[in-house]
Amino acid sequence: MIKLQNATKVYHMGKVQIQALRRVSLTIEQGEMVSIIGASGSGKSTLMNIIGFLDKLTTGTYTFEGGDVSGLNDNRLAELRNKKIGFVFQDYNLLRRANAAANVELPLVYAGGARKRQRALEALERVGLAARANHKPTELSGGEQQRVAIARALVNNPALVLADEPTGNLDTVSSAEIMAIFCKLNQEGITVVMVTHEMEIALQTKRIIRIRDGQIISDEKVGVAVK
Amino acid sequence: MKFIEFFGIAVKSLLANKLRSVLTMLGMIIGVSAVIILMSVGAGLQNMITSTFDELGTNLLFVQPANPEAPGLASLAPGYATASLTMDNIQAIANLRSVTAAVPANENFVKVVAGNKDFLSVMHGSNSGYQELYGFKMGAGQFISEVNVARRDMVIVLGSKVAEELFGNEDPVGKQVKIRDKRFTIIGVMEPRGMSMFGISWDELVVTPITTFQARLFSQKTPSGDDAVQQITAQIDSGWTLDEAKLEIETLLRKLHRIKAGDKDDFSIMSPEQLLSTFETITMALTVFLGLIGSISLLVGGIGIMNIMLVSVTERTREIGLRKAIGAKRRDILVQFLLEAAMLSLSGGAIGLLGAWLVTLGISLVDLGGFKLNAVVSPLIVLVAVLVSVFIGLASGIYPAMRAARLNPIDALHYG
Repeated sequence: MIKLQNATKVYHMGKVQIQALRRVSLTIEQGEMVSIIGASGSGKSTLMNIIGFLDKLTTGTYTFEGGDVSGLNDNRLAELRNKKIGFVFQDYNLLRRANAAANVELPLVYAGGARKRQRALEALERVGLAARANHKPTELSGGEQQRVAIARALVNNPALVLADEPTGNLDTVSSAEIMAIFCKLNQEGITVVMVTHEMEIALQTKRIIRIRDGQIISDEKVGVAVK
Repeated sequence: MKFIEFFGIAVKSLLANKLRSVLTMLGMIIGVSAVIILMSVGAGLQNMITSTFDELGTNLLFVQPANPEAPGLASLAPGYATASLTMDNIQAIANLRSVTAAVPANENFVKVVAGNKDFLSVMHGSNSGYQELYGFKMGAGQFISEVNVARRDMVIVLGSKVAEELFGNEDPVGKQVKIRDKRFTIIGVMEPRGMSMFGISWDELVVTPITTFQARLFSQKTPSGDDAVQQITAQIDSGWTLDEAKLEIETLLRKLHRIKAGDKDDFSIMSPEQLLSTFETITMALTVFLGLIGSISLLVGGIGIMNIMLVSVTERTREIGLRKAIGAKRRDILVQFLLEAAMLSLSGGAIGLLGAWLVTLGISLVDLGGFKLNAVVSPLIVLVAVLVSVFIGLASGIYPAMRAARLNPIDALHYG
């Protein structure tokens, strides 16, 4: 599903060049549940942005569902994000003024199509928040807000859910709830890729990719033995 | 349809910051209403002048004193022009082959007193030709005669409104009024006309023999010591063109005033069209000037919108980042912010329009001392106001919207 070959990303900060990714090659298959871990500045966020079509490679190729996406323009990438990817962020990024249902509906505004509110309510149902559809983010707990964000990621039936430190702001109980939802989604066939720096969270996924200084330093299946 | 949803988004985000939206709109409200009020007043002025000349007819020439040394329109200003027209000039003009009647008019404001009532009126000093030339009909009694003029009789003809205000239902003919402590006998009352000239109702006029006006009320002499005439209106025979008649009068007056060849006239002869275009030039300049002042406030309103949109884009950087992450294209973001700016501007413009309409209604109702200005908000003005508001909204919104659309989603998501 995702295939990166010799992926390199160079940022220019004034006169300084920063090699965020150095010749990374990586394959993630449909239905996997992968965590990418590394310290801050390791390049894990860059990798995530590349996978999520938010950023473009400097060199190397990125093949998504068999198609090369390296050369696509901004509009095509926006469409891909809308149709294929569901993003979940550390700080939820919900619109404060809109209620849960309206927040979940947001991707559909850009996707078009009918029955928007109904599809949003169905997505909220999947994360167990149908009862809170009319609540504003300020009236929800952190865990609930993140569930709204997950519903928003799901509403357009993505092939891939990308989560950036999804439990970073949550207590352990809420974290467990959120991870349970991701596991359930993965069982339903959705590919899940999450970035984290917490080993405990990573261990709940099926594959752990460690990254340091822009390079993959290990790539392991999570076995019973590790637990 | 995406557009409708964007519209909803724009409405919601404007409502979310009500005070800010209203304050931003205020600039547009003031700007649009200022422009419309000023333009309507200008249009009202122009209407007033045009309708006056429409009533008068086109076979008239107006002769007035002028200052040959003053430039352009200033030469006609009463303060600059030397009194050059005399009673003899009237008769001479009347005797020309192209002229059927020559009627003088000396004019001043007077307080007409009857018993314990008084009325502020405009007095015309004229001769017997006045009634026919201006098309007045007598409601009662008779108009001033040449005998009255020759004898400087203390007689007066009242406009219908003056008679009504001072005497109610009584017949005023034969009664007396006092003007400047002098007694005048009323010999006639004119029928109502219901029209006005330069804002002065014709029903509020009083007419007295010009000789009486000169000798007993407002004396004005030419440099050579003759009684001065302020204006002569010449009615032109239908067999002559206005230009031919004008040339004939000019030749006559130059001879009578002993003006040397090459020197400028000490009088001016204007046709209604010329007078009209003179006034139109003045009111047009006034309207443009007033419009410019209003436009400055519009400009300020536009800057206000741009300012607040820039603030809004900065404040909502994360929202923009999120929208882009979940699939908004540059164009989507651009349209969203442009719509917001246009709506701010358009709703401000609409409120301004409403306000201006009320103010012009008010202006039209106010009687500025016998002088009513029918300020009109025409459909054209409304259309222009709407287009200008939308244009200002788009023009001031485009830069902030482009900034929003260009934001990099990764940076935007981690902003602040």
